[in-house]
Amino acid sequence: MLRYIAKRLAGMIPLLLGITFISFVVIHLAPGDPAQFIASMNPKLSETAYEKFVKMYDLDKPVLERYISWLGKFARLDFGDSFSQDGKTVMEKISERLPVTIWLNVAGMVLIFLFALPLGVLSAYYKDSIFDKGITVFVFAGFAMPTFWLALLCMYYFGVVKGWFPISGLRSFNYDYLSTFGKIADIFKHTFMPVVISVFGGLAGISRFARNSMLDVLKEEYITSARARGLSEGKVVFTHALKNAMLPVVTIIGLSVPGLIGGSVIFESIFSIPGMGQLFYQSVMMRDYPVVMGVLVIGAMLTLTGNLIADIAYAAVDPRIRYGSKKSN
Amino acid sequence: MKRLVFLLLAVLCVSLISGCGDKDKEGGKSAEKRKVREGVTGDALVTSSLGDASGLIYNITSDSASHDVAQYIYNGLIKLDKNLSIVPDLAESWEISDDSRSITFKLKDNVKWHDGAPFTAADVEFTYKFMIDNSTPTSYDADFRLVTDFEVIDPLTVKVSYAEPFAPALLSWSMAVLPKHLLEGKEAAKSSLMRSPVGTGPFRFGEWKSGESITLEANDEYFAGRPNLDRIIFRIIPDLNTTFMELLNGSLDIMGLTPTQWVKQTDTALFSNSYDKYTYLAPSYAYIGYNMKNSLFEDKRVRQALTYATPKQEIIDGILFGEGVPAHGPYKPGTMWYNDNVRKYEYSPEKAKELLAEAGWTDSNGDGILDKDGKPFSFTIMTNQGNSVRTKIAETVQQSWQKVGIKIEIRVLEWASFINEYIDKGKFDAVVLGWNIVQDPDPFDVWHSSKCGPKMLNFVCFSNAETDQLIEGGRHSMDPVKRKEYYDRFQEILAEEQPYTFLYVPNALIGLSKRFREVSPAPAGITYNIEDWYVPVKDQKYRLEK
Repeated sequence: MLRYIAKRLAGMIPLLLGITFISFVVIHLAPGDPAQFIASMNPKLSETAYEKFVKMYDLDKPVLERYISWLGKFARLDFGDSFSQDGKTVMEKISERLPVTIWLNVAGMVLIFLFALPLGVLSAYYKDSIFDKGITVFVFAGFAMPTFWLALLCMYYFGVVKGWFPISGLRSFNYDYLSTFGKIADIFKHTFMPVVISVFGGLAGISRFARNSMLDVLKEEYITSARARGLSEGKVVFTHALKNAMLPVVTIIGLSVPGLIGGSVIFESIFSIPGMGQLFYQSVMMRDYPVVMGVLVIGAMLTLTGNLIADIAYAAVDPRIRYGSKKSN
Repeated sequence: MKRLVFLLLAVLCVSLISGCGDKDKEGGKSAEKRKVREGVTGDALVTSSLGDASGLIYNITSDSASHDVAQYIYNGLIKLDKNLSIVPDLAESWEISDDSRSITFKLKDNVKWHDGAPFTAADVEFTYKFMIDNSTPTSYDADFRLVTDFEVIDPLTVKVSYAEPFAPALLSWSMAVLPKHLLEGKEAAKSSLMRSPVGTGPFRFGEWKSGESITLEANDEYFAGRPNLDRIIFRIIPDLNTTFMELLNGSLDIMGLTPTQWVKQTDTALFSNSYDKYTYLAPSYAYIGYNMKNSLFEDKRVRQALTYATPKQEIIDGILFGEGVPAHGPYKPGTMWYNDNVRKYEYSPEKAKELLAEAGWTDSNGDGILDKDGKPFSFTIMTNQGNSVRTKIAETVQQSWQKVGIKIEIRVLEWASFINEYIDKGKFDAVVLGWNIVQDPDPFDVWHSSKCGPKMLNFVCFSNAETDQLIEGGRHSMDPVKRKEYYDRFQEILAEEQPYTFLYVPNALIGLSKRFREVSPAPAGITYNIEDWYVPVKDQKYRLEK
């Protein structure tokens, strides 16, 4: 197993290099640059100013040279300074935004699993019943409905008409003056709608996955034989079937890791949540290359790590899989 | 950025009318300290911003979010009053030399920075040097680089000189003055002042929650008297629909509404019980610009015909719900620079057809499209993505030009590609775009023939020897009456030549909570006198907890 992990980790290096190279080249070749963003269509700019910005951002150097210089810094885990005029480092910017996005996405993900798994399992068990069909319609409605539209409807009804929840933002003005309990309640109130809407939108994937996985397992011979042996339905479903049906779900958990920091651009914009999605969008629009690269690389690293974790977890929970050991295959 | 450019340009022209011109080139004296209303201080104005500020040193940031906040923290030497006249700000008065090449500013002596340090001429000198320093990442250095000599005469007097009379000079000194004692020798972008600025303005920096809000607090020591409001809170809300819902919910006090919201979504008792609506002409205009290097648009009769065939009023009524007025030139109606006696083009497809026929365009093959020398009259009109109004304008003219036999394709492009690949390289036939109307009337950058080239603003490449002379004359004349003569003639030529089809000047549409008093929209907008706004104690909503 250790050899397998080491091999996989080593294999990730060229993969990561390839991802960074392609990302770097693509974003630098896109039309527009930060100097233009600051200087275009501005009559108060002196004739020398544009060149000054070009030099300041190293835009006068070839893309390859800039990439090598970026890579040199990246090897020392330095993502550089943002091009934005606040002069903050990329890591400062990302770490400002990361906790919010992680918190919301972890909360959303946990709730999605909490609701989607039982729904999927029960749908499989009561296959083709009214319950199954009802759940199918419900989860696909969530999947198909545009998030921004549902969000706006909810904001209007629960925020403006009913006044039950704040419409946007993370905290109230008086947050700093609240008690600890009050602060928790305030954040809970602010994040309730975004989390519920994201959970509603995300139910379909996991619940359908769990349903199909459970259906496959329920068709297995050992389930038939368990039933033939006179075991109770509860025992058949929850002890024998569920355990095996959940194995593929472990992969999904691993693959969900990158999503935990990616955030959602539309979602974070609508609810005014200062997270990674918003940061990424703003950085792309302002051609803030270092921040864009920072977010992309962290996303790529998490995707690769997520894959690795999924594979390792798979091996850990399934005794039939023994990576790196031919005997056990 | 737009706001800054607007402010900067604004400084130039109108100021000359009120300040220096009438008193034999002597600037207006500082006004009396404003009266602070007793017993009405308190409450906060909650407003919104689509993006987070990038930094709060006014002079180096170029995004409107940063300038919207920083404008309340700093002062310039001069500012614009409600009628867009130049009045003293940090300057007590100013004097323009007889040869119109230098301005001597006398500074106020009772001004303190927010940290308590006194404001002096050294700060002005520092700001000037800061603006022209090659290591300063500013995009507003052009006017300051024209200064040939900067002299500190005494701690409260500075003199700036120019090689030749430069009409926009005075307005350029509305640029925020920065504190020398905190910034000297420091890299501005890395300075702590980017996040917690120190200025001389009516509001001091309070708190910045990244991506959430920025709070400013009343400056008790403000030289012109403490503002009545305790705080201004800028909430960062990136989505306009969400912003509108926050307004409906009462969580925001002020918002610029879209024409649809203004006409259709705020016509309710719920809204009018809590909000007042204000409207005034916005400092901007929309236009269709023709590439003058394209042989299709060589003949002015063709350009005139295109304007005749453009239903301006239909565009205003259909797209802006009537919230705007037709534009006939680059200046804002109602301001002193606007010349109403220029040739106007009422919608008339018949006249358009006549002019096109005169120019040799006829439908010789009966396919409904005009042609000349075997070439059909067909071209592409471009605009930028993300502005649905401009796309709708393109669609409207597509239909109305079709009626006179002109066929057009519409291309909508992402802003950076649009500017970089097409505008800057002159690779376009016609565009739908807009300009902000800056207060200084100097049209040099957009209309002088020397400004036709890559990355320049006369991208339609309008070239006319007489307008070049007029523009230069206006730029070097400090006498507003003379300047107006130059610009009146300049507008007559533009109206005749029609390098642009000027479309409309839109209305600014503001929804503002009824709590606020002393609000009166003027040519300068609505928030120009925000220090005077107050909320009667019984109506106050937010209390400052100390």
